[in-house]
Amino acid sequence: MIQNLVDGVLVGSILSLGAIGLTMAMHMLRFANFSHAELLSIGAYSALVFDGLFSALYPPLANAIGPLSLTWALSLATILAMAITGASAVVIDRLVFARVRAKGGELSMVFASFGVAMIIRNVLGLIFGLQSQLYSKDIVFAIVISRDPFLLIKPDQVFSLIAALIIMAILHGVLSRTTFGYALRAVAENPSLAQVSGINLKRMITLIWIIGGGLAAAAGVFYGLSNQINPVLGRDLVLPIFAATIVGGIGSIYGAVLGGFLVGIASNLALVILPSGYSPSVPFLIILIVLMIRPTGLFGEERA
Amino acid sequence: MTEALTAKNIVAGYVPDLPILRDVSLSAETAKVTVIIGPNGAGKSTLIKAIAGLVPVASGTVLLNGADITNPAPDRMGDHGVAYVPQSDNIFRSLTIRQNLDLVLRKAGADGPARLEALYRQFPPLAQKQRDKAGSLSGGQRQFLAVAMALAIKPRVILMDEPSAGLSPKAAQEVLEHARALTEAGVTILLVEQNVKQALRLADHCYILADGRNQIDGPAADLLNDPVVGQIYLGGKRMAPA
Amino acid sequence: MIGVLSYLVFFATVASILSIAVLGLNLQWGNTGLFNGGVVAFFGAGGYGTLILGGTPQADHLGGFDLPYLIALLGGMVIAGLLAWVVGILTLRLRHDYLAIATFGVAVAFENLMRNAEGLAGGAKGLRGFERPLRQALGDGFTYNVLFLIFTVGLLIATYLFLQRLIRSPFGRLLRAIREDETAAQSLGKTPARVRLTAFIAGSVIMGLAGGLYATFYAFISPQDVLPILTFQIWAMLIVGGAGNNKGAVMGAFLIWGAWTASGWALSRFAPLDVQLYTGSIQFILIGVVIVGMLLWRPQGLFAEKLVVSQSGRA
Repeated sequence: MIQNLVDGVLVGSILSLGAIGLTMAMHMLRFANFSHAELLSIGAYSALVFDGLFSALYPPLANAIGPLSLTWALSLATILAMAITGASAVVIDRLVFARVRAKGGELSMVFASFGVAMIIRNVLGLIFGLQSQLYSKDIVFAIVISRDPFLLIKPDQVFSLIAALIIMAILHGVLSRTTFGYALRAVAENPSLAQVSGINLKRMITLIWIIGGGLAAAAGVFYGLSNQINPVLGRDLVLPIFAATIVGGIGSIYGAVLGGFLVGIASNLALVILPSGYSPSVPFLIILIVLMIRPTGLFGEERA
Repeated sequence: MTEALTAKNIVAGYVPDLPILRDVSLSAETAKVTVIIGPNGAGKSTLIKAIAGLVPVASGTVLLNGADITNPAPDRMGDHGVAYVPQSDNIFRSLTIRQNLDLVLRKAGADGPARLEALYRQFPPLAQKQRDKAGSLSGGQRQFLAVAMALAIKPRVILMDEPSAGLSPKAAQEVLEHARALTEAGVTILLVEQNVKQALRLADHCYILADGRNQIDGPAADLLNDPVVGQIYLGGKRMAPA
Repeated sequence: MIGVLSYLVFFATVASILSIAVLGLNLQWGNTGLFNGGVVAFFGAGGYGTLILGGTPQADHLGGFDLPYLIALLGGMVIAGLLAWVVGILTLRLRHDYLAIATFGVAVAFENLMRNAEGLAGGAKGLRGFERPLRQALGDGFTYNVLFLIFTVGLLIATYLFLQRLIRSPFGRLLRAIREDETAAQSLGKTPARVRLTAFIAGSVIMGLAGGLYATFYAFISPQDVLPILTFQIWAMLIVGGAGNNKGAVMGAFLIWGAWTASGWALSRFAPLDVQLYTGSIQFILIGVVIVGMLLWRPQGLFAEKLVVSQSGRA
């Protein structure tokens, strides 16, 4: 069971990163974005491409860092992937969501997001193939932390957790100490007052997509490091990430972080009692329970 | 006698087919307090919001010192030197007092710290509670914070929507007197008020709106004792067709 | 010649079955404004229900009640309705985007359950042991398929007429009132929650009918038949045809199913062998592009809703 708990924390950090962007977009633009999870796939594959590119251009970069399977090339590639995914998110909004918003309204955006998700997922499949891929061919042995209770952890997983926590700490610093962070929180609380206070809403929305996309890319790479990369990476994480935002409360970044860990832990602890085939249903049950007991989630509030 | 802000024949409403303002004109003189009063539904708040860019103006013009600022981008009004204090939800509750002020001061650059100091001198209670979340303030303190946020951008014109709403008579008096004092520094004040007597005592000029149109206007002191004000409020008298 | 005709019969049968499902969705979305992101769960409930009730006893899973066909079909519809009732009570009062997520989750959970619960429904292997009605009398050939097509089209027409009458009835007016302005409807003393639940259940029962027919047609159902893609296909059909409009719904179904099968055929005929592995991907991209394209270009659909006059103008 402790193994489940630890696994839950590790996957939870990935869900948290994915949920932060989703909660911001859902709150500001008022639509359930079923294509957000595909940003994780875009990030994972972008990193794969640039990892290969950097390693080919400058072979020493292909060396792994310490006990991890992560290479210097992949580290650089991840940063680039975050930028690319952020840009992709903005482009998708400009091309599709902003225009559907202008024409139809909030519900049309949800349908549109279904369509966008299918397009992204299958275009990735066409480009990269349907098979699963890995960042590194090296066999990485999990380290036995303890024998009783039995606890196995891969160094890559620890790295992912620490990196995710660092990213979240940076975000926290921005939100609590910079005027940009205040502007982001202001826009979430009261968009018209924010405008009147001199904040350009369109620019903020663009920045929200960039940040959300960047975080999703990191999450995608971390997921790919611990598991594998394939076109359905995003699709498999749609419900858990939605669950994280709903648990935390839509619009609350801290809620999304907490929600991610809670969903990750709950999903893995559930495996103690449920057969593993049922694990995709656990996030759904969590969503149902939260919506029945406390629909606004832990920290959510209605927008002003 | 210069006019800082002029609105001419404004037709405006939230929805294009349903104008709330049908034909409203007014002028706010520089460094004077101009107050807008009228019965509920007259369109007073809508007029202020239309000037600030939050409600679309279908026809008519708004001039600021002669320059056309009709239908502005609301976030650019600060650059024009116009500040707007909404009636409610006029501060960010989840941010601290300090963060609220830092937010509006972010365009002030190097001048920021000096302005913050000046604001804290003007509003000592805000300095004391600067690390508290704005949502924990009392009604009066919130209003002072909202005014401080407006002053932070060193505006030439301040639009205020019912600044005394929800406040105790004493706090209401303080806020209105503060607005009066600002004109001595050259700031033009245009405010909407329900608190007719208090507002007329402190204002220079007054416009009365009803049913989305001008009714009468004149020096505040004259209207203070004019029975026509009461008649318009009670719905009996109308100077313009509805 | 018989080959082409046979294929057309096959096409028309599936298109008609899917049309019934789209009509059910139209009742929920077009008429009542409810976002059902898990259409496939109710379709599947009808399909699985029909086969379980109507099939011969099997060793490894539930079922084999061997009920007469029409009863089994009806039973499948009832099961779909029950599922809708439970889901509806729990989720219908939610904001529209929460409803989308919750219903999507229902579909994921449904497929997950069907895939894992071997004792219930055969798991990944699917449900067997069902024989198509009247098979012994009529055989497996062209005649049977034509008769089944007629049966299906008959049900489609019946559903269509039923829904058209429903729209013009007081209940239909109530649905429209609630869709347009819930507060006003409430002030008239109607309970919107009850009405919406009724519409949701009714639409799901219709989807269950489609599912039952689908399962009957193939005499088989498995988790592969209840994947999210079917929800998206049915939504695409409604979006293309025109939400709120029953005729549009049916047209949309035939159009999209036509495009789907045509693209599948074209890819298998003309594409090089190694590309054919990706036929599914290409088709999914096409559906995605159709959905996004329609929403950008003509969100009201190709056959947009005409305003329904509630009462004639005569004095």
